[in-house]
Amino acid sequence: MKNNKDLQVKIYQKQNSTRLTTLFGDTIKDFFGSHFLALQLAKRDISAQYRQSYLGILWLFITPLATAGVWIFLNASGTIALTDTGIPYPVYAFSGTLIWSIIIEAINSPTAATNAARGIISKINFPKEALILSGIYKLCFNSMVKIILLLLFVFAFGVGFHWSLLLFPLTLLVAIIVGTAIGLLITPIGLLYSDVSRLLTMSLSLIMYATPVVYVIPKTGILKTIMEINPLTALVSTIRATLTGQEYEFVFYFIVLGSISFVLFFVGLVIYRVSIPVIVERLSA
Amino acid sequence: MEKEVLVKVEGLSKKFCKDLKTSLWYGVKDLVSQVSGNKENETLRPKEFWALKDINFELRRGECLGLIGHNGAGKSTLLKILNGLINPDQGKVTMRGRIGALIELGAGFNPILTGRENIYNNGAVLGFTRKEIDAKVEEIIDFSEIREFIDMPVQNYSSGMKVRLGFAVAAQMEPDILIIDEVLAVGDLGFRLKCFKSIDEILPNTAIIFVSHNMPMISKICDKIILLNRGEYKYNGPDVSKAIDLYYNKIVDNTSKILFDNGTLELQEIKLIDSDKIDEISTINWGQDLCIAFSFFVKRLADIPLFKIVIFDQEQKPVAVFSENKSDSPIKIEENQINFKITHKGIQLSKGVYTLSITVFKFNTIDPIFRINQAISFQILHQDDHYQSFLLDCEFESL
Repeated sequence: MKNNKDLQVKIYQKQNSTRLTTLFGDTIKDFFGSHFLALQLAKRDISAQYRQSYLGILWLFITPLATAGVWIFLNASGTIALTDTGIPYPVYAFSGTLIWSIIIEAINSPTAATNAARGIISKINFPKEALILSGIYKLCFNSMVKIILLLLFVFAFGVGFHWSLLLFPLTLLVAIIVGTAIGLLITPIGLLYSDVSRLLTMSLSLIMYATPVVYVIPKTGILKTIMEINPLTALVSTIRATLTGQEYEFVFYFIVLGSISFVLFFVGLVIYRVSIPVIVERLSA
Repeated sequence: MEKEVLVKVEGLSKKFCKDLKTSLWYGVKDLVSQVSGNKENETLRPKEFWALKDINFELRRGECLGLIGHNGAGKSTLLKILNGLINPDQGKVTMRGRIGALIELGAGFNPILTGRENIYNNGAVLGFTRKEIDAKVEEIIDFSEIREFIDMPVQNYSSGMKVRLGFAVAAQMEPDILIIDEVLAVGDLGFRLKCFKSIDEILPNTAIIFVSHNMPMISKICDKIILLNRGEYKYNGPDVSKAIDLYYNKIVDNTSKILFDNGTLELQEIKLIDSDKIDEISTINWGQDLCIAFSFFVKRLADIPLFKIVIFDQEQKPVAVFSENKSDSPIKIEENQINFKITHKGIQLSKGVYTLSITVFKFNTIDPIFRINQAISFQILHQDDHYQSFLLDCEFESL
């Protein structure tokens, strides 16, 4: 028989008397402690997704490929005149849409992961941080596939090798953290009201035009100001710069953004942790 | 020596909201107050009600608490709070040790993946490490008895097979506190017995909280019981039989159902003779004579028919049948009435609520002319509780 002292004590009550530091510590502990569960969930979702599909992994880049294709066609056919990007336009457009798709996926990931797990969240007590972590694992997997495709593109269009390419995966990881942090902060309210995710999808599709995804920042005008303020600009352009070896315009912004997001990510995790019981209560009959 | 207290619930209350939109809005407010550490909200807001009100109990290692009550009584809510899924609004729950919950079997299953892969998914959700699952996977497959299908996608499993696999994984937990909801009802009888055998095995080292509508099961394994009604307890204590009585009293359905009637006769009155009435239900003591009076109105019938009278228990299981009247029994039709009584000496049905069903046939035919279910309910009283149908009087003598 186990010794009395070994027993872990759990106290549930309304008054959140747990000190913030303890709460933070528990969150971190559960986040990293749930590695196996997160990996298992990610593996489950990825393998289930591809087992029921013939095109499988292709679906990861069909949408960004199509968006890029449209813009490449618009540009090549002279329908619209775009400012020179400094690199072959297809590389510019395709890297833009792929990086953008990674960011979008990251923003949606916490809500999607939590929503998909609704059934078990309301029945079983497990570290919910695992859902977020498994979302990150899935993002990493998907991004890896995208990276390979991007590199093929870069070399096919003769942009060539740059040492900065080595930083490319790292910058993508920053993008994933920024995206997940944003998504995580939205998740609690987004789970309660479906309006939030609709609003988010719509705004993001608009924000894309204020981000150098398929065209560069104009030299003058109101859009220039907006695009320079837009934090996603810093993300997209810095990541693309590591890929193509162009000059870094927003490297400072990028570093600041990355650091803030890193902190926000853990703050978001703590909020997520305390929100889950409230959400379970409101969503499960 | 008494074993240590593993579950302690003090003044637990929980409120729910009846309206979805309002509920979501309160959810937003609760989110804000959770995050900011605000401590108000002790009273009901508009459209809210107490789903649980002031629940207190303690459970030690080796004890089993039965949780009974009608649908919506708050059982599942209480389980969710004990399992830490939702927070109480008032009061405090202290749980010591590893908690295992058999609330949902097979959580984390993905239908497209095979049984074997899903053992890992489910195991991970239940908190096992990869090593633990690796070590136990063969045992799990054996326990589930579906080795033949273990590499087939789970979506092709029958619901019973899914439950088997889910329970096989869950049975590997070695919890200090085990919470069981009515998940085991799905499997077939053999598997259910196997489940209860494994529960019996872990019981001495575990505090169990068991929710069920199956009263025989409750009275078999529980040594404490809480009867919930609309979030408050009707009973809380060690007298399992008393709580079960109270539970049954609540669900006595007095509406009789005429299943068949060809217009030849009609039941006018039926009553227990020499019985007391408690809460609208006739009661007699165990061992007393059961005496029932019937009064039929005859519309068109020449001869006395045959009366077949069956006793059903609370779970609608027929437990006894009265011997039928013969063609020469001394009952007759007088002024369009058949009035008679039947007497059974020294009733030995065990305590509980029973109902009568009456089927009337013409003699020497198999076609009924009248049939009524739940014609009357009555309750047998006895101080002891038994989940067997009969408590047979006997004497022990040395030979």
